[in-house]
Amino acid sequence: MTDIAPPTPVPGQVTGSEPAVVPAGTDAALHEDGATLATYARGRVQAWRSGDLGSLPILFGIIAIAVYFQARNSNFLSAGNFVNLIAQMSPYAVIGMGVVFVLLLGEIDLSIGYVSGVGGVICALLLLPDGSQHSAAFAIVVALLAGTAIGVIQGVLFAKVGIPSFVVTLAGLLGWNGVVLLLIGSRGTVSIQDPFVNGIANDNLSHGWAWIAVEGAVLLYAGIQYLAVRSRAKAGLPNLPVSLILLRILVLAAVGAAVVAVANSSRGLPYVGLLLIALVLIGTYVTDRTRFGRHTYAVGGNVEAARRAGIRVDGIRIAAFAISGMMAALGGIILASRLSSVDTNAGGGSILLYAIAAPVIGGTSLFGGRGTIRSALLGAVVIAGIENGLGLLNVTAGTKFVVTGLVLLAAVAVDSLSRKGRASAGRA
Amino acid sequence: MSEPLLQLTGVTKTFGAVNALTEVDFAVHAGEVMALVGDNGAGKSTLIKCIAGIHPIDAGQITFEGRPVSISGPKDSAKLGIEVVYQDLALCDNLDVVQNMYLGREKLSSFRRLDETTMERTARETLASLAVTTIRSVRQPVAALSGGQRQSVAVAKAVMWNSKLVILDEPTAALGVAQTRQVLDLVKRLGDKGLAVVLISHNLHDIFEVADRITVLRLGRSVAEVTVKDTTQQEVVQLITAGTLSHVPGQAEVVA
Repeated sequence: MTDIAPPTPVPGQVTGSEPAVVPAGTDAALHEDGATLATYARGRVQAWRSGDLGSLPILFGIIAIAVYFQARNSNFLSAGNFVNLIAQMSPYAVIGMGVVFVLLLGEIDLSIGYVSGVGGVICALLLLPDGSQHSAAFAIVVALLAGTAIGVIQGVLFAKVGIPSFVVTLAGLLGWNGVVLLLIGSRGTVSIQDPFVNGIANDNLSHGWAWIAVEGAVLLYAGIQYLAVRSRAKAGLPNLPVSLILLRILVLAAVGAAVVAVANSSRGLPYVGLLLIALVLIGTYVTDRTRFGRHTYAVGGNVEAARRAGIRVDGIRIAAFAISGMMAALGGIILASRLSSVDTNAGGGSILLYAIAAPVIGGTSLFGGRGTIRSALLGAVVIAGIENGLGLLNVTAGTKFVVTGLVLLAAVAVDSLSRKGRASAGRA
Repeated sequence: MSEPLLQLTGVTKTFGAVNALTEVDFAVHAGEVMALVGDNGAGKSTLIKCIAGIHPIDAGQITFEGRPVSISGPKDSAKLGIEVVYQDLALCDNLDVVQNMYLGREKLSSFRRLDETTMERTARETLASLAVTTIRSVRQPVAALSGGQRQSVAVAKAVMWNSKLVILDEPTAALGVAQTRQVLDLVKRLGDKGLAVVLISHNLHDIFEVADRITVLRLGRSVAEVTVKDTTQQEVVQLITAGTLSHVPGQAEVVA
């Protein structure tokens, strides 16, 4: 591609009329006039070749997992197990969505496992039926605030004091583990009897409400798309091809319908499934449609540029760790709800690794600046799928860890390789 | 000539024992491209950082549009309408062209949503008004752009905010022949649009092509201000290295 300006500039139009040669094969190519589904497909293939794999690896991963485990144990794809899977993946997805904000900055939060433990334990302790127990709402809010406060402390130590996030949160990993043990004390196990908290992960929506909720979310998505198209058309800006937008909405509606239909044929859609949908919508709104989200990407892409643009880098960093802490506490509450109890192991085990692995497997980069909220959800499907499938096969914990470790390694390898691919294609 | 847009009189800046700038006089008019040249360590970067508000000056006076002003921070200079395009451009590779141009100054619509439609339209208009036609899509990430295109985006970003003075730090240093041409054309158009442009460059060939006047700095002092039409590259080289001319301008050149 040559950079010499054409002799006659086209007034009012910056873009040329050769969408096929647009190097960025993603949505950028589509904001060309006259772009069609065919140009989009060509652009996508080009992007894949240059290392921008998008959600391709995850789709293959989910299909491979489904085929393999179904072949080994026919219960894997049963409706009952599918409902289990939703409840099983939700803590990883929720904690992972919080970590996305930290990963977007190119930082890491290793404390989320035990922060989730602290959140779960605080919630359980406040609900102890000892005559002075609090309402479920109060317990949940206090637990979330505790997680947020922990995130703020760690964020301040990182952003203001200048300790590397790796070290701050590694200290947190140990420290909050200690806090979990101190809070539980000699009780050993604290069981939860509150019906609301237990219901989060264990109760299901009525069949009718599940349909209304899921397809309502699809309609919301469609409405947002329609408004965007109309507003761009009004401003005389090129739009994505209508056929592509319709295709995306149809795929989303079909996936939603399949999830509800399968879940309803068993116990129904768990409440936590509804929570996941809501969190993905809210989180995506924050990252894509707000100033804070834009600035988060900017800080992850080029700190110096962000600072010179007047962005308060420290504030963004502290906020990202605060969100990570809050979502970790929420994940801890969901985990406590699933087990209807918390014990001295709360927040331990593989939670930390799975929660960080989820968004990375889903396509969020460990190098900062690239990622989506939905990546945490997609990655959590893979991780919980493997965990669940290996559980059905009755393998030992050792095998489980080895397999999950290898999957995480593969995901990071894909991330690193695609980064190299983008660099060699001039798109780093 | 009319009153200068920006005028520095007797500006001095020291860092400890180092006199970075000593009583520097500098002026640039609207609609003019002023080149700032000098050897390494002559004080070019310090001077633009003083104008940009990164280094507050120790002594001397700055007037902008005829009024004395004090620039004590980058916000002050931005408020006056002074934008600096640094050599590293300060673009986020992972963001697209529109997002970069509005970084830190995003437009919002209802519910504090980002107003993407307005931002994209204005960004397109700004690029079009600068006749930047090589960027095919304003929605591609900056990482996908060539060096010249990135420079164009950085300049357009600076121009978009009703700026009156644009300072370009070595805009062509890392560019190839075709891309240098693209950027030089852009610099010329900025002057034609009535903006004051300060161009820092080591490449006298580029300077003689686009600049109207040249200010020469040597060892922290402004040693000469020449009009491009009335001088030669050889004279400017002599001013940069020796600080004075060994001959009277207009006479036959003596090549040592």
